[in-house]
Amino acid sequence: MIASLRTLSGGRIERSRVLRFSFDGRAYLGCAGDTLASALLANGVHLMGRSFKYHRPRGVLAAGSEEPNALVAVYRDAGRYTPNLRATQVELYEGLEAQSQNRSPSLAFDFGAVNDVLAPFIPAGFYYKTFMWPRGAWQTLYEPRIRAAAGLGRAPLEADPDRYARRYAHCDVLVVGAGPAGLAAAAAAAAAGARVILCDEQCEFGGSLLADDAAAPQLVAGRPALQWITETRAALEANPRITLLPRTTAFGYFPHNLIGLNERLTDHLADPPGELPRERQWQVRAREVVLATGAIERPLVFPGNDRPGIMLAGAARTFLNRYGVLTGTRVVLVTAADAAYRAALELQQAGVFIAAIAEARTAGDSPCIEQARAAGIPVLTGATVLGTSGRRRVNSIRLARLKHGEVSETHTQPCDLVLMSGGFTPSVHLFSQSRGKLVWDARLQTFLPGAPAERVRSAGACRGVFALEAAVADGAATGAAAAREATDPSRTGVRPAAALSRGAPAADASSTPADGGPGFAGALPQPRGAHARAFVDWQNDVTTRDLALATREGFRSIEHIKRYTTTGMATDQGKTSNLNALGIVSRTLGKDIPQVGLTTFRPPYTPVTFGSFAGFARAQLFDPVRTTPMHDWAREHGAVFEDVGLWKRARYFPRGAEDMHAAVGRECLAVRNGCGIFDASTLGKIEVVGKDAVAFMNRLYVNSWTSLGVGRCRYGVLLRDDGFVYDDGVVARISEERFHVTTTTGGAPRVLAMMEDYLQTEWSELEVWLTSTTEQWAVIALQGPNARRVLAALIDIDIAAAVMPHMSVATGSICGVPMRLFRVSFTGELGFEVNVPADCGPAVWQAIWEAGQALGITAYGTETMHVLRAEKGYIIVGQDTDGTVTPEDAGLGWAIGKSKPDFVGKRSLQRPAMTSPDRRQLVGLLTADPATVLEEGAQVMAEAGARAPTRPLGHVTSSYYSAVLGRSIGMGLVSGGRARMGETLHVPTPSGDVPVQVAPSVFYDHTGARLNA
Amino acid sequence: MLLIECPYCGERPEPEFVYGGQAHIVRPPQPQELSAQQWADFLYQRDNTRGVHAERWRHTHGCGRFFNALRDTTNDHFLATYKVGESPPTGLRVPR
Amino acid sequence: MRDLSAARSPPLVSANTTLRALAPATRYILRGGPHVRAAAEQALGTRVPGNACRAFVSGERAVLWLGPDEWLLISPQASAAAIAALLGAALKDLPHSLVDVSHRQIALSVTGPKASALLAAGCPLDLEADAFPVDMCTRTMLAKAEIVLWRTGTEEFRLEVWRSFAAYVSQFLDEAARGII
Ligand SMILES: [Zn+2]
Repeated sequence: MIASLRTLSGGRIERSRVLRFSFDGRAYLGCAGDTLASALLANGVHLMGRSFKYHRPRGVLAAGSEEPNALVAVYRDAGRYTPNLRATQVELYEGLEAQSQNRSPSLAFDFGAVNDVLAPFIPAGFYYKTFMWPRGAWQTLYEPRIRAAAGLGRAPLEADPDRYARRYAHCDVLVVGAGPAGLAAAAAAAAAGARVILCDEQCEFGGSLLADDAAAPQLVAGRPALQWITETRAALEANPRITLLPRTTAFGYFPHNLIGLNERLTDHLADPPGELPRERQWQVRAREVVLATGAIERPLVFPGNDRPGIMLAGAARTFLNRYGVLTGTRVVLVTAADAAYRAALELQQAGVFIAAIAEARTAGDSPCIEQARAAGIPVLTGATVLGTSGRRRVNSIRLARLKHGEVSETHTQPCDLVLMSGGFTPSVHLFSQSRGKLVWDARLQTFLPGAPAERVRSAGACRGVFALEAAVADGAATGAAAAREATDPSRTGVRPAAALSRGAPAADASSTPADGGPGFAGALPQPRGAHARAFVDWQNDVTTRDLALATREGFRSIEHIKRYTTTGMATDQGKTSNLNALGIVSRTLGKDIPQVGLTTFRPPYTPVTFGSFAGFARAQLFDPVRTTPMHDWAREHGAVFEDVGLWKRARYFPRGAEDMHAAVGRECLAVRNGCGIFDASTLGKIEVVGKDAVAFMNRLYVNSWTSLGVGRCRYGVLLRDDGFVYDDGVVARISEERFHVTTTTGGAPRVLAMMEDYLQTEWSELEVWLTSTTEQWAVIALQGPNARRVLAALIDIDIAAAVMPHMSVATGSICGVPMRLFRVSFTGELGFEVNVPADCGPAVWQAIWEAGQALGITAYGTETMHVLRAEKGYIIVGQDTDGTVTPEDAGLGWAIGKSKPDFVGKRSLQRPAMTSPDRRQLVGLLTADPATVLEEGAQVMAEAGARAPTRPLGHVTSSYYSAVLGRSIGMGLVSGGRARMGETLHVPTPSGDVPVQVAPSVFYDHTGARLNA
Repeated sequence: MLLIECPYCGERPEPEFVYGGQAHIVRPPQPQELSAQQWADFLYQRDNTRGVHAERWRHTHGCGRFFNALRDTTNDHFLATYKVGESPPTGLRVPR
Repeated sequence: MRDLSAARSPPLVSANTTLRALAPATRYILRGGPHVRAAAEQALGTRVPGNACRAFVSGERAVLWLGPDEWLLISPQASAAAIAALLGAALKDLPHSLVDVSHRQIALSVTGPKASALLAAGCPLDLEADAFPVDMCTRTMLAKAEIVLWRTGTEEFRLEVWRSFAAYVSQFLDEAARGII
């Protein structure tokens, strides 16, 4: 039984390599070289899927990537489960496990098929009409139900264990498609010395020629086609400037000739090596692109055209000649194109009975017809199809002739295979994605590439050159021209030189309808008053009736009809359906097809895995993880880390069973009472150097810098020109012409970019230059009353209070390591920040750590740093400010150099809105209950119980428990806050309002005595 | 991923660049002399061009330089790129 | 007092047959106008590139063009003080900026017949020899990290990477090497 469905010989399968595989749990045998579809067909399995909406039984329609029906899932393990694969593209391997989709409980018996019976009640647009009422039902009833019923395959629940790679590539000529035109183009471009990439979605090069009957081959360049493919490929392979990429889909055409390719590396292997990537996404920048993407056969639209056993004529040829599979035993061909006759004749040659050919065209003078009749096949010209029968496989077809809209004769033919062909649609998807214009070709009755918008050319069937010899010649000429232009030394830029002037390269003499067109676009004529359902879009279950309904309801633009009926919106993007849909709409509206318009083609050409787009960017490579020189020390000492931008920073150092609250409380007290050590290396650092350094700083920062002496530091505030706080940090004057500017951790790159912007574009006369030194220095902060004692023993400079007061800087060395020493404090305690070259950071840290042991040195993290600074009312830009806060709002008005004529942001600070007394100002917030810690981000309301839409007065920006004060502290931005001192406001929380008192934002050591110790 | 011609380094891929907004908007030399409306116009008013747009780019992950470009917003093609302080090449003018 | 000046802890990086870390070096960023370039050339006895994206090597010293007013000087670790003194004297009267960045970044070497293929996993530049010849150098991107890429030989690249990105860059190249080297 099974063997009888294979031809005796021929094809490109390895008959001796038998592979076991399963489909829906049933075991089958296939051959190496089979696809899942061809192997199933060889086992007599035509039913491969259920349709999306009506759950109708479906078999394969096509043999390639355009297949709309046979969507399957391939299972390797729980994480390696790939849904929605086209069975026609799944290469068979030993042990392959495939499953059908969109059915329950089984493919043969599916509850969802009730939708088919209900079809009259769920026409196009029913979603929009039905689920509008009652109002509440959408969330509770409709959406959950629709979600359960919708979709095709299910997504795997486990993380994808496979690897995915990325590759950037550049070439003179990228050729997409390795059929006859593409191979010829690549060979010609290679011969011209160009750097070429040739890709094809199939596992073998050859395109349409792979479907040829090897026993009666067509000739290319005087050789049998398959021999020509082998030789051409071998020559390309031997050329080091050529990259050949089989199993690689060009899925997207992006601006400036960037083409996305997805290469499938291991999906065809029975046992993929885990260390190799499964897919590699190529981003190819091509100087010139040659599209040789071929053409896709159009189905015919007639009632009952979607049963298993009804497929494209070319598909049957491919299954026969390439895979050695007989797809039926008794065949009827329905056609409107000459090319399809070959399928009937070749099947007959293979011993299949061809019951009849229904020729939709009335003209009976095609030589094909004579040929078929000579082979004993009855041909009914001017024919149409009234219907088919057979539940899970077609078993008969009703052919007819019409006269004036009435049936004049009918013939019912028993059959188990119906082939159809409406001609070929050139694959212009990528050309259209490149924003090239498509033009309607009246002679071929199809859209062809017109004026390009990129440096792209089309060759062969994708531009309507169908005949083999002509396509090969077209490919060779196009490849040569592309190579010439790509390597032209006078060439500039990526803009197509000709795009602006050259008109459409309209189908010229070499476009030959004989083999491909014009064919037929639309629905086969039906008797007046007939209401049978004929499918246009197989994957989305769109029928002629849906399209008619849409036009009746007033839709005129194809873009609207597409969205209303969902035609062409499935995962196949209407590869087999778009032109037929257009034909039907054009006839209904009585307008020519070009007037109805064409929908837009969008990437991807065929679906691409998420993994391919993620590439290497997952797990530890998702983003760079930046660590400081002292990171290992922190890890070894039990630090809990937090993410700050891309940095990992030690948040706190728990001891024993301490939680964060306990650890932070201990660390805070250690700093206040003894000495703490803190890694501040992530702070941004910029060296501002040059004779105009002071002038530059004066123009940029709000502060006045002229008066800052060498060896002194000042807290700097940076605004944007809109007057809002952008960044802050301590700035040290190292010498007359050299400043050491620090920024926030997250602000370093944007501050440097802003500085460069002003220097390069506004103040280019200033002789000052910037260099990022963020990573040059390891920064070790030593804070607390004992800080000076710990440090003094290790360094070679005097740091007595009189010599080195608060806000000063000195250079010297620590343990022989050169150092920039800052006396600064973000804690309110006596403090130093030791800057040493980064590689020396760990050794110096360790030396300080050891020296501090006798004085109770304690490592603290960012959480403790936050609490300590909040106790002093020091702000954190981005936490206590949000891009709408002026210096005055933040309580930093004192920092502004009042006598400066201008600085960035100054003019904005004088705008009326910026000086309003109602502006939100930063104030302290103290809860009535000292144990209550407010939630950061919580609203602050004037009245108890007030809720939205009552406008809040502001919000809480910082909130902590202060161990040294024995109570909670908070800061917030509150409207007119500084005039509300002592007022009680209210912070709504899920457990009720929390009353808070407005207070000054400095909570500890108001005089600053500790700071200046 | 556009291909952008840096006037210093030549054609480079877009990930090396950062977009810098509309070009040829000069910061007023004496902001204090401007009315609130004039200052607000400088800060916030920008063209939303369909067609040729003069804009700034910075070759941030390259030579670090800001430069100007004329780009057709309808098809992303660059007509020219030129250094800060220069005029666009002859035959082209900055749209306004 | 202990002397820790030799106790260096450079960031750890992954290595394979194509990828390895290079020895610590002295590095300066020199910025300034054309006069500075000429004066530095004279003082160093090394050509300082005026053309974009060029590196010049002279003995153990190299000068890389990073921007029209920005050069990266690389020399052996021990020469830090000497270079500073040399340039400090020569450029005394010329507006310029000289900043020590020896510890800001580390150097990685990517070598072998697959070197450019490996880099192409994350670098969007054309690394073919005629598009990116020997002695071309530039800042660019490798995946999500900025690097300075310098082709030091037909099959040899030097990457200058900010130290906190070194682990990422080396891990990235190690992962990307699968199926390539
Ligand atoms: Zn540049």
